[in-house]
Amino acid sequence: MAPLLRSSQPWVEKYRPRQVKDVAHQDEVVRVLTNTLETANCPHMLFYGPPGTGKTTTALAIAYQLFGPELYKKRVLELNASDDRGINVVRTKIKDFAAVAVGSVHQGYPCPPYKIIILDEADSMTEDAQNALRRTMETYSKVTRFFFICNYISRIIEPLASRCAKFRFKPLTEEIMSKRILHICQEEGLNLDPEALSSLSSIAQGDLRRAITYLQYGARTFGSYISSRELISVSGVVPEEVVQALYSACRSGNFDLADKEAKNVIAEGYPVSQVLSQLFDIIVQSDDITDEQKSRICKKLAEADKCLVDGADEYLQLLDVTSNTMRAICNLPEQFSYES
Amino acid sequence: MLWVDKYRPKTLDRVIVHEEVAQNLKKLAAEQDCPHLLFHGPSGSGKKTLIMALLREMFGPSADKVKVENQTWKVDAGTRNIDVELTTLASSHHVEMNPADAGFQDRYVVQEVIKEMAKNRPIDTKGKKGFKVLVLNEVDKLSREAQHSLRRTMEKYSASCHLILCCNSSSKVTEAVRSRCLNVRISAPTDNEIVKVLEFIGKKEGLNLPAGFALRLAEKSNRSLRRAILLFETCRVQQYPFSSNQAIPAMDWEEYVMEIASDIMKEQSPKRLFQVRGKLYELLTNCIPAEIILKRLLYELLKKLDSELKHEVSYWAAYYEHRMRLGQKSIFHLEAFVAKFMSIYKGFLIATFG
Ligand SMILES: Nc1ncnc2c1ncn2[C@@H]1O[C@H](COP(=O)(O)OP(=O)(O)OP(=O)(O)O)[C@@H](O)[C@H]1O
Ligand SMILES: [Mg+2]
Repeated sequence: MAPLLRSSQPWVEKYRPRQVKDVAHQDEVVRVLTNTLETANCPHMLFYGPPGTGKTTTALAIAYQLFGPELYKKRVLELNASDDRGINVVRTKIKDFAAVAVGSVHQGYPCPPYKIIILDEADSMTEDAQNALRRTMETYSKVTRFFFICNYISRIIEPLASRCAKFRFKPLTEEIMSKRILHICQEEGLNLDPEALSSLSSIAQGDLRRAITYLQYGARTFGSYISSRELISVSGVVPEEVVQALYSACRSGNFDLADKEAKNVIAEGYPVSQVLSQLFDIIVQSDDITDEQKSRICKKLAEADKCLVDGADEYLQLLDVTSNTMRAICNLPEQFSYES
Repeated sequence: MLWVDKYRPKTLDRVIVHEEVAQNLKKLAAEQDCPHLLFHGPSGSGKKTLIMALLREMFGPSADKVKVENQTWKVDAGTRNIDVELTTLASSHHVEMNPADAGFQDRYVVQEVIKEMAKNRPIDTKGKKGFKVLVLNEVDKLSREAQHSLRRTMEKYSASCHLILCCNSSSKVTEAVRSRCLNVRISAPTDNEIVKVLEFIGKKEGLNLPAGFALRLAEKSNRSLRRAILLFETCRVQQYPFSSNQAIPAMDWEEYVMEIASDIMKEQSPKRLFQVRGKLYELLTNCIPAEIILKRLLYELLKKLDSELKHEVSYWAAYYEHRMRLGQKSIFHLEAFVAKFMSIYKGFLIATFG
């Protein structure tokens, strides 16, 4: 927690807000939480949303503001996926932690009479472990508050979720992101042209952490003046031409050409999941293919996405998608002819 | 020493292929607050070279003095104790390892071993760099649990431990981990870039390169620099002085796959399937990864098929590779693909020729 040796801290950590009010976010979340802080009356909470939107930051900030630096260690227990969270381990740790009576109050901080247990990355806990937590939560409900944090709320079992006040952290809008970025620029003495600011937001796609990382990279490689073109060159987004080339190869009806483009995507090292999502945008927006063709293509895109998550080979999946897209566009039958 | 090692550029300034990336990395390394890095790109594109040069840029020549160690960690896994074995490569400033080698125990490597390493701040007598670097290879092969376990460690100890992750397919790295790194894409070098490197080596070795020979080597190597240099050295052993149309040997295993392809195009029968199975086993026991075999087989088949069949066969290749990933015995799925191909091809032959 302490800002030890900031010099070797990457900017994302250096600029992690320490106070709830500094968390750039939909005001709603901040308002409710500020209220909580004032009354020091706090329910169990569940934060969910995509990476880099401020969930962990907010949870740590609340805990910090409630107890201050000195009591923090005694009153706050942070358990995350880097700890072993088998059922027994969690139970014992929580038991040991909750058993010690809440002690003194520290001047200047609300110090409410309960302890906080932060379960970060809770969606990676097994269902059994979550079920076991229900009992634990009840047993210690007088003396503890739980903060659950996760990316996918669907992975949290209903009985747990329903016990919590839920806060959804949406991908940050361009406006909110820009404000934070500009703040950092000021601190670091950087000049961003307005266009660079908006490309930074579009590169990051709502993930402020990513935006900050690229800002730092940009600053290190280009010095204190950063333009949009330079940012894009280092950002690793898949250039539109690459996806367009793949798409036109599909339209050409020439399998070998499509295969060549697929191989090229792999050789250039673009993430196939990203290519697929950009291909999806093109398909949905194009107005010279029918809805039926579109649905045929999208069905395969969804399948391939799942296969990639399962760890399937990127080239084979991409080739399969391109082949299927081509067959849909060229109105080849959906059924294969020689399948037995 | 093999040429691939001998001519591996030691510093970022001497990199020939990814010059721009190298220069950017150099600037990034000049400050102490470098973010975590995720290098991704096809194999043989030069990720490792860049990483080693980057380490040298950060820590000077002492980063080259590495020690290989086989270590065993005792890990308390709740109900029982398990031993996790891993090979590490370490200098006084960095540790390199391949956590996916621990198989289904990879989660423990991340939770126990890596976290411990990240926590302990190196004590530097000269008071210089107050951080160390952990290089993790093949992170795309890590299980989801293991990747999840990395997340908070990457944030909490980011001041004392900088991570360099390396992988082929970044699609297999979870979004949360990717969000925590600067993603550095390393593309496979183009044929022209490969030619440049080969000419450089040729000059250093005092060799005479006939016109067009380097380009032929490059084309044969599928945009893999490592492969091109290996081929170059093999050719040097086989025949020198070079002639511009000198035969460039294919890899043994590739010829073998080519043979399988023509086997199954010639005859589709249970007997043939049985023979091919033996050959597939042979490849697997020689440590050729199953998905590489499957991809190569598809490549050979696509060369020979009608366009109509190409669609169908690539569909099944993707299908069986995915199943293979979910299953455990890759031979089953390779064999299933071959059987499927035989049945399709036979159907095609009957429909076309009666
Ligand atoms: N709303 C925000 N306001 C200010 N900074 C933010 C915000 N969201 C993210 N950041 C920046 O991004 C970094 C990561 O944020 P945080 O750890 O809260 O993400 P997270 O939502 O927990 O993501 P994950 O799901 O990956 O754990 C912070 O250190 C901070 O620099
Ligand atoms: Mg978090």
